[in-house]
Amino acid sequence: MATITQLEPVTLCKEEILRYSRHLIMPEVGMDGQTKLKAAKVLCIGAGGLGSPLALYLAAAGVGTLGVVDFDVVDFTNLQRQIIHTTADVGRPKLDSAAEKIKAINPYVEVRPFETRLTSANALDLFRQFDIVVDGTDNFPTRYLVNDACVLTGKPNVYGSIFRFEGQVSVFATEAGPCYRCLYPEPPPPGLVPSCAEGGVLGILPGLIGVMQATEAIKLILGKGEPLIGRLLLVDALAMKFRELKLRKNPDCPVCGKNRTITELIDYNQFCGIRGEEKPEGGSKMPEISVEELKRRQDAGEDILVLDVREPHEYQICNLGGHLIPLNDLPKRVNELDSSREIVAHCKMGGRSAKAVDFLRQAGFTKVKNLTGGINAWADKVDPKMPKY
Amino acid sequence: MKIMIPTPLRQYADKKDAVEVNAGTVAEALSGLTSRHPELRQHLYTDDGRLRAFVNVYLNDEDIRYLSKEQTLVKDGDTLSIVPSIAGGIG
Repeated sequence: MATITQLEPVTLCKEEILRYSRHLIMPEVGMDGQTKLKAAKVLCIGAGGLGSPLALYLAAAGVGTLGVVDFDVVDFTNLQRQIIHTTADVGRPKLDSAAEKIKAINPYVEVRPFETRLTSANALDLFRQFDIVVDGTDNFPTRYLVNDACVLTGKPNVYGSIFRFEGQVSVFATEAGPCYRCLYPEPPPPGLVPSCAEGGVLGILPGLIGVMQATEAIKLILGKGEPLIGRLLLVDALAMKFRELKLRKNPDCPVCGKNRTITELIDYNQFCGIRGEEKPEGGSKMPEISVEELKRRQDAGEDILVLDVREPHEYQICNLGGHLIPLNDLPKRVNELDSSREIVAHCKMGGRSAKAVDFLRQAGFTKVKNLTGGINAWADKVDPKMPKY
Repeated sequence: MKIMIPTPLRQYADKKDAVEVNAGTVAEALSGLTSRHPELRQHLYTDDGRLRAFVNVYLNDEDIRYLSKEQTLVKDGDTLSIVPSIAGGIG
């Protein structure tokens, strides 16, 4: 059984005993377990989709010290799932908003906010101050950074990840079980796997997965039950099916194996193949047109074909009246386009349409441009009545 | 046997969540899958034909890396799962 390192002894006051009454009357928690929870220090990486339910439940359960790392600001698109933040919090740092809610739920929790990006320079010092790390990040470089820093500091890593309506949960415990690199030795190349911002996520799913992570964190603190060590739980919310896969410690793992080659934190952006700002291939000569320029030329009556490479369900939200061919369908539908006409391709923000422009230029189209900033830029700069998403 | 397609890859498999194939080994099963859905190939295999490192394949609940890899024998009623890494969380 994996348990966390020795906790310092604490006591509960009368008010806390009343607050935790439903825990105290359970033999699996009791006074012993509740004081363990109070003595425990849990670090949540991210106060977003997964971090919201996690932090709220860990606070309510009486985890004594909650660290939260985040540097983002609450925006309207967060509210569909990040339930620690409210409409009134839009524009505020997520950390301030989260700390306030945690304190409101349970004033006996000490919140330690870290308004910073987790980096190779600060991760080890930060992790050493805590007993358990809960990973609620949204990108591969930080996932590998969290994993390696957990292995190097000997802290269990309660892992959760989501995409659309599917989630993964596991506990990567450094001594007893496999780590994230045992499961995935290498990250996918950038662009191959869409992020939540591109792929979308069912708002409830981070709630489901985040609460599972909170459950695992609490079990580790209590030393009760069977933690998800060496097991990967797959959750499909659409089918509402849960499947469990066996995970093994990879003897050749570069960070937790016998002959480890990674003994300090590395450059995780480089490891994940990210070179500064992401530019599509051939981006150096990507022909671009601004939304203002497009509007001016359309108003002047110029013949320009607007090509929308988003998905049909996005077209329904808002559109520029363009010809819709989703990026993935472009290769088989390219014959719908007249290469003698001037074409301006757009998507939501300009990433997918840059790929489309690249593809069309390779297919022999010469008069094709990418709409800088996509339809969101159009909503910002040309038509303020247009909805943004 | 059944091959489970994970959400991020369904767009390359006619949006299907599972595909039935007849196969004697994991390699045959995956080859049956990619011949039916050729777009999946580049997401599962590198240019030199090796399974990509961020794509894990499970026969029932066991990682094929700890069985006989792609030569692992399969039978009717088995389920092969493709489990790619996903990173979402903060969003």
